[in-house]
Amino acid sequence: MTAVAARLRPLTGHRLFWPALVLVVMLAANTVYRPGFLAVEVKNGHLYGTPIDILRLSAPLILVALGMTLVIATGGIDLSVGSLCAISGAIACLHISGAADQNSPATVATALALAFGAALVLGAWNGVLVAVMGFEPIIATLILMVAGRGIAQLVTEGQIITINSGPYRAIGLGHFLTLPLAILIALAAALLVAAFTRRTALGLIVESVGGNAEASRLAGIRSRRIVFLVYVISAACAALAGFMVTANVSSADGNAAGLWIELDAILAVVIGGTSLAGGRFSLGGTVLGALIIQTLTTTVYAMNISPQTSLLFKAVVVIAVCLVQAPAFRARLRRRRRGTEPGPAAPQREKEQVPA
Amino acid sequence: MTGNRPVLTMTGISKTFPGVRALHDVDFRLFPGEVHALMGENGAGKSTLIKVLTGVYGTDAGVITLDGEQVSFSGPMQAAAAGVSTVYQEVNLCTNLSVAENVFIGREPRRLGAVRWGEMRRRARDLLARLDLDLDVSAPLGTYSLAVQQMVAIARAIDVQARVLILDEPTSSLDAGEVAQLFRIMRQLRDEGIAILFVTHFLDQVYGIADRITVLRNGTLVGEYRTEELPQFSLVEKMIGQELDVLERLDEQQKRATVDTADEAPLVDADGLGRRGAVAPFSLRIHAGEVVGLAGLLGSGRTEVARLIFGADRADHGQVRLDAGRAPVRNPIQAIGQGVGFCSENRRAEGIVPELTVRENMILAMQAARGWLRPIPRRRQDELVRRYVEALSIRPANPELPVRNLSGGNQQKVLLARWLITEPRLLILDEPTRGIDVGAKAEIQKLVVQLSDGGMAVLFISAELEEVLRLSHRVAVMRDREMVAQLDNDDTLDADRVMRTIASGTTRKEVTR
Amino acid sequence: MSSTSLTTGRSWRPSLPRRHVPVLATLALLLVMYGIGVSQYRAFSNIQVVFNVFIDNGFLLVVAVGMTFVILTGGIDLSVGSVVAMTAMVSASLLRDGLPAALVLVIALLIGPTLGFLMGCAIHFFEIQPFIVTLAGMFFARGMCTFISDSSISITDGFWTSMSQQRIGDPAGNFVSISVLIAFAVVLIAAYVLAYTRFGRNVYAVGGNAQSALLMGLPVARTRIAVYTISGLCSAIGGILLSFYTLSGAPLIAVGMELDVIAAVVIGGTVLTGGSGYVFGTVLGVLVLGVIQTLITFDGSLNSWWTKIVIGGLLFAFILLQRLIGIRFK
Repeated sequence: MTAVAARLRPLTGHRLFWPALVLVVMLAANTVYRPGFLAVEVKNGHLYGTPIDILRLSAPLILVALGMTLVIATGGIDLSVGSLCAISGAIACLHISGAADQNSPATVATALALAFGAALVLGAWNGVLVAVMGFEPIIATLILMVAGRGIAQLVTEGQIITINSGPYRAIGLGHFLTLPLAILIALAAALLVAAFTRRTALGLIVESVGGNAEASRLAGIRSRRIVFLVYVISAACAALAGFMVTANVSSADGNAAGLWIELDAILAVVIGGTSLAGGRFSLGGTVLGALIIQTLTTTVYAMNISPQTSLLFKAVVVIAVCLVQAPAFRARLRRRRRGTEPGPAAPQREKEQVPA
Repeated sequence: MTGNRPVLTMTGISKTFPGVRALHDVDFRLFPGEVHALMGENGAGKSTLIKVLTGVYGTDAGVITLDGEQVSFSGPMQAAAAGVSTVYQEVNLCTNLSVAENVFIGREPRRLGAVRWGEMRRRARDLLARLDLDLDVSAPLGTYSLAVQQMVAIARAIDVQARVLILDEPTSSLDAGEVAQLFRIMRQLRDEGIAILFVTHFLDQVYGIADRITVLRNGTLVGEYRTEELPQFSLVEKMIGQELDVLERLDEQQKRATVDTADEAPLVDADGLGRRGAVAPFSLRIHAGEVVGLAGLLGSGRTEVARLIFGADRADHGQVRLDAGRAPVRNPIQAIGQGVGFCSENRRAEGIVPELTVRENMILAMQAARGWLRPIPRRRQDELVRRYVEALSIRPANPELPVRNLSGGNQQKVLLARWLITEPRLLILDEPTRGIDVGAKAEIQKLVVQLSDGGMAVLFISAELEEVLRLSHRVAVMRDREMVAQLDNDDTLDADRVMRTIASGTTRKEVTR
Repeated sequence: MSSTSLTTGRSWRPSLPRRHVPVLATLALLLVMYGIGVSQYRAFSNIQVVFNVFIDNGFLLVVAVGMTFVILTGGIDLSVGSVVAMTAMVSASLLRDGLPAALVLVIALLIGPTLGFLMGCAIHFFEIQPFIVTLAGMFFARGMCTFISDSSISITDGFWTSMSQQRIGDPAGNFVSISVLIAFAVVLIAAYVLAYTRFGRNVYAVGGNAQSALLMGLPVARTRIAVYTISGLCSAIGGILLSFYTLSGAPLIAVGMELDVIAAVVIGGTVLTGGSGYVFGTVLGVLVLGVIQTLITFDGSLNSWWTKIVIGGLLFAFILLQRLIGIRFK
């Protein structure tokens, strides 16, 4: 028994083990409940099936969560991503709806560039507030979270802008090489962010700043630039997600687009094993976290429960994940277990919780 | 005074933490109406003794009596209720609340559950008047200086009919005038019969106010002395406590040949560098290939000197330049850019990034200097890391292990490697050998010699005089936040002379900062 | 050195205490906005306009009072909007099931504080960030809403309709609703508790410096848990008031309300890091939001989304103001 445990330790000790296990268990439970759950079929040269749907629907969340991972790794948080989704989607749809030929690739490209640029500017605003003016991240991004919804509605003039643009629709619903384009975009973004952080020294420096800001300063790291940069990256990811969300329904709704996605993204990051206190981050874990959340939503939906009620399950997941991560809870648990067995040395958390 | 019975006695106190014997058979007594200084260097056990007294820690052995009766407090609150109040180094009050509330919060005068603000202010004014303080008691505490906050903390402490007042380094951030004000209040309380236990690192202050001194060293009692019977030199000696055999061994050591620097331009030129509240302006020149040791007691300003030279703290006086003519150093980035490395004494908070691996911690400074867009190729990283893991014999020799899993000595070596990789011209080492095992210590000492032989300038800070004398070409002596002397480490210099300099100072100025 | 030169020479005591500046700025802003309204639109000077601001925002005021307690300790409560909705839903569904109004009131008023108490415990004992814990609370409460019913439930109970329609007014025809009186009562009680009880002062102490508060022997755990419980209670009262106002419970009502509430508290001069602020300021903050809405309604050419943009701008301005006057005593 213990020998097996010992052999499994390298596996269970891997940071992606627990999120991966949760995902597998959820998929398995679904399959038991509904045997056809994992079935994938080919129709018109495209793959269809519940797993594919989960992948496709989780794409916007993956995008937002990627940016959020970097922000959280620096010890910050970005509440404004939902509003940024709405703004970028609204700008893109507005430009397309005003064009003569909505199907022209040039129109769509211009629309995307415009909206992307606007998102970068707003991300830079967040970055300036946090990195230059020294606002607490939660407060700084709260401003744009509130005002951003208004800006999005300002862009759409309170209407729901409906468009009829093939190329734009493809961002959300198109297929490429039998797979939904959305998931490929999310995958490409994940690889890009991974390359951007791990092929340069950005990832190391982000983890260093989040892990020990003072030591980083004394090692000569220009943390302000890095912090500024991650908010811009987060905004860029949010903009992509905004395109996808609006393309899915071929319309931009300043109120509903990206609603609560910031909370789901934070949840995905935390489930993926990145600590809210900053430091080490795991993009793979974040992707898994986003898939878990989408699987949960799909499961609840498949069980004919109102999608809103999935929030109940989310609440349970949030609390469970946070309890597992909370040093105080671990300490209590360890105290209770002491005497029976020492248990695998839980990684000691060296950092204090940052006050929210 | 001495005719009285002691108000407080601690007898045979022992306290062990896992792996550390913090206190061993320590006796301590406190008489009513005296100021009693508790002295000792890092790890002497001062704070442990206070925490045992106030019930933060339990004791492994020993008896505490208050007024002849044996006591054992469950915590600072119960101790305060019994008349043993503590005022900490960092003022533990709420600066957003008014002065009056800070004195009375938790025991405000009330009628039918409602706080009686008028009554509270009146009583606060009365109490503060007793300390000769005239404050606007309804103003937020934060509008007053640290010194006044410290005195409000004392007012809060004595309002609970304190018979024993513990002042734990209350003066570390006060200026001369504020210290004088605090002392006036301490004398007044002493004359009212309160026993004051006073912890400080400032020698002048001890001789300015204490009636009696107890010295601890390495968790044991060195002795209890009347202040006028203990010369300053003896006090320093008792605190630092050079074992005789160590001193003899030292004499056998070959002195390091003093580098001839007269005709060379200095590499580092700190000119009138200073910072209010940290260290008085000082000038220090360091040449290439020279090791300058900083000697002084804990809290004498050693670390502050290092931080100012590195630009970690902003100087408000003077400047430091490398290579006369280049721009002065104002922040760590500029310092690193000009070839300075700094190992902080606070390894955990200011040195390592615990979650990152040994490799990542090592290349951090070099990577920071290159900027994030130019990553160090992995092969180069591995090569550098392998070289330093070997050269410094870092164990375990697995560069992919999180650095928090390493022992203190190995973490220190990782930090050394971080700076050596950047090939600095000046390396500042603040207590690099503290809290690490003997083997690692010897290795680090050897390394310092090698580096300086190779032409690197080193500023070496250590609490151990023996170490400073063995490694340095020159010794700068700190006392009470002032650089009082710079001594060539020639044949005439020994631990005894350094201690004398610490004890007397070459100048006997008022503490000015 | 004499004591007088030490104590007065180093302290800075302006005639206007710095901690009052944000509240006064809010008051000035409110008066300016009201002045603009009166000068632009004749109907604005009607006293009923002011009363309507209170009638429309009574529930927001109550919830904001609860949030003030939480923010004063340096915490945050994201669950308030969902708890308001949940309380309204629970009341509506219980009334539909025929329970007596008094019993429904008791049950509805117990749910919010219970949730708040549990969240407070998680925050204090497990040291999880308030942001995350109350986020979970928000999910939970909103999930409960739809769990109860997917669609809105109307309320026909006699007590509720009478509370909704009762008008208390002067002979000139100006009136307020009972909700406004309840909101005022909550404000007065909260202001008294914060200023004159030990608990109230402990709230400020914990927000100023929790570590110090612990060393001074204050009941930090009890205080911290209590503020979330109070916030839950205020949200529950707010939910009841909202159900008086709308005479229904809807699963998606009060979405995003937590942002309005936080904005109102911050605009009212309470510092988000805790330790400084007043209930009176929160009242002003809520009024500022209400007057903005009224102004935009009166204008006609401006649309409702300008409210959010203006609130965001004000939020920025007030946080900047707090930073500039260095009100963070820490």
